[in-house]
Amino acid sequence: MIKKVAIVGVGYTNFRSTTPDLSYRELTYEAATKAYEEAGVDPRKDIDSFVSTAEDFFEGYSIADEYCPDQLGAVLKPVNTIAGDFLQSLITAYMMILTGRLNIVAVQAMSKASNMTTLGELELFAFDPVFNRPLAENPHFVAGLEMNRYLHDTKTTREQCAKVVVKNKKNALNNPYAGHGAKITVEDVLNSKIISYPLTHLDISPASDGAVVMVLASEEIAKKLTRKPIWIRGVGWCSDTFSLESRDWGESTSTRLAAEMAYKMADIDNPKKEIDVVELSDIYSYKELQHLEALKFCNKGEAGKMIDNGITEIGGELPVNPSGGSLGVGHLYECSGAQKTLEIVLQLRGEVGKRQVKNANIGLAHSWRGVPTTTSVIAILGN
Amino acid sequence: MNNKKLNFKGTALRSSDIKEKKVLTTSWKPSLQYAWDDGVAIGRYLKELKNGKIIARKCKKCGRIMIPPRMFCELCFRPTDEWVYVKDTGIINTFSISYVHWDARRIKEGEKPFIPAVIEIDGASEGMGILHVLGEVDPEDVKSGMRVKAVWKSPEERIGAITDIKYFKPIIER
Repeated sequence: MIKKVAIVGVGYTNFRSTTPDLSYRELTYEAATKAYEEAGVDPRKDIDSFVSTAEDFFEGYSIADEYCPDQLGAVLKPVNTIAGDFLQSLITAYMMILTGRLNIVAVQAMSKASNMTTLGELELFAFDPVFNRPLAENPHFVAGLEMNRYLHDTKTTREQCAKVVVKNKKNALNNPYAGHGAKITVEDVLNSKIISYPLTHLDISPASDGAVVMVLASEEIAKKLTRKPIWIRGVGWCSDTFSLESRDWGESTSTRLAAEMAYKMADIDNPKKEIDVVELSDIYSYKELQHLEALKFCNKGEAGKMIDNGITEIGGELPVNPSGGSLGVGHLYECSGAQKTLEIVLQLRGEVGKRQVKNANIGLAHSWRGVPTTTSVIAILGN
Repeated sequence: MNNKKLNFKGTALRSSDIKEKKVLTTSWKPSLQYAWDDGVAIGRYLKELKNGKIIARKCKKCGRIMIPPRMFCELCFRPTDEWVYVKDTGIINTFSISYVHWDARRIKEGEKPFIPAVIEIDGASEGMGILHVLGEVDPEDVKSGMRVKAVWKSPEERIGAITDIKYFKPIIER
């Protein structure tokens, strides 16, 4: 029997295109203060260990992990940093508590995308220097390649992808923390400028800033700290080959395998029936549909019909990205999975007002690390 | 290790071989640029440096007066409470005398070594310092505990940067 671990406190800033008023330290401090207040813990006394999320090139520091402790209250405490997505950090913190040696662990992620003034160059720097970089242009072309193959394989249409953008930006209008809510039409998406065919400007989530901190605790402590613990039921993570030459372009295989791992752990046989609310990676519009298939909410090629039939709307059978997703909240880089997890926690607690999904008891948070990566991470949370 | 020359198999590679394209290479010159938001604390700190002043923040709980200033106390984990001007004089906590440049080139004959030092600033709490460099001092005269004072650039030259202070120099006690 695996020990139970719960999320007992969340803290977050708003997510906006720019945050010129606060340094990255002050941004994380705001999220951390809120999380500790909600969990009723003093980071200097009660928290046993801290896991931060930082990727050196995103932060603009080499060894960026050394700059994480102060704003988390983690000075002279056990800290480690994951150079990945927040969900990977969350799983690391979860495993720390499973060891039985640590009872309360804090997890952090932050995006200051607005401070990366050569973002395209920086993403290009993630490409293989021998095989790909000499040929490469704006890195969105990788998503263009993938979208095209996905549409070809599944007969999904660009209109169906555009509907994802319309839905998510509409959901974001009811989300005070989201920075990119809008009332737009399918035509608006299709007619916006082509970035890398078939992707248009509006198919791509806009880079944004923000910070999230969460507090995790073992079962005994969690029950003392909160009346609304959100339990971690299952986790999964997976990375495919880096190769742009030989990866599966039509399917997110890493998402499918991570999902199988998480479903097995959470004892889920029929995800569509058993999961009430989903926050999945929609850094690009087609990704929401591709990920729905990889997460086994439908068969391959059927996700387009789900959006056509309103199944993924907030009032639908399987609400997807009620927060607005990355398209509506903003692309948060290594903090992406944090926003997904945050929304699931708030939904399961029933605290999101107009965008509340009814009877939400089990939720799934998924993240993908963006182009050119093939890493996917999943956490299944429950009341 | 003995002094006998080891006879490795293979061919030695020289930098000239790369220049003359005798070996296959590929290169990439990244252009990575950042514009960090200074935020409240660092923003004010830099603005005051431009004015020729050093400002700190005080935490009323632990009583520390901290430079560089910060909006939260990392030890108490609470917001700091007030701005406090501190002096531009202090005491050398520790120092080093560096005879190499950042890329490990040795300084030239007659060139002065670089003397980085942590200076505990008068008016700030014990152990709170500025990392800067020392000037107008012979390397052999530098000592921990020595009193020093900031040498500022002229107001026209100052831009709101840590380099608005040129260096710290010893205070001659009379």
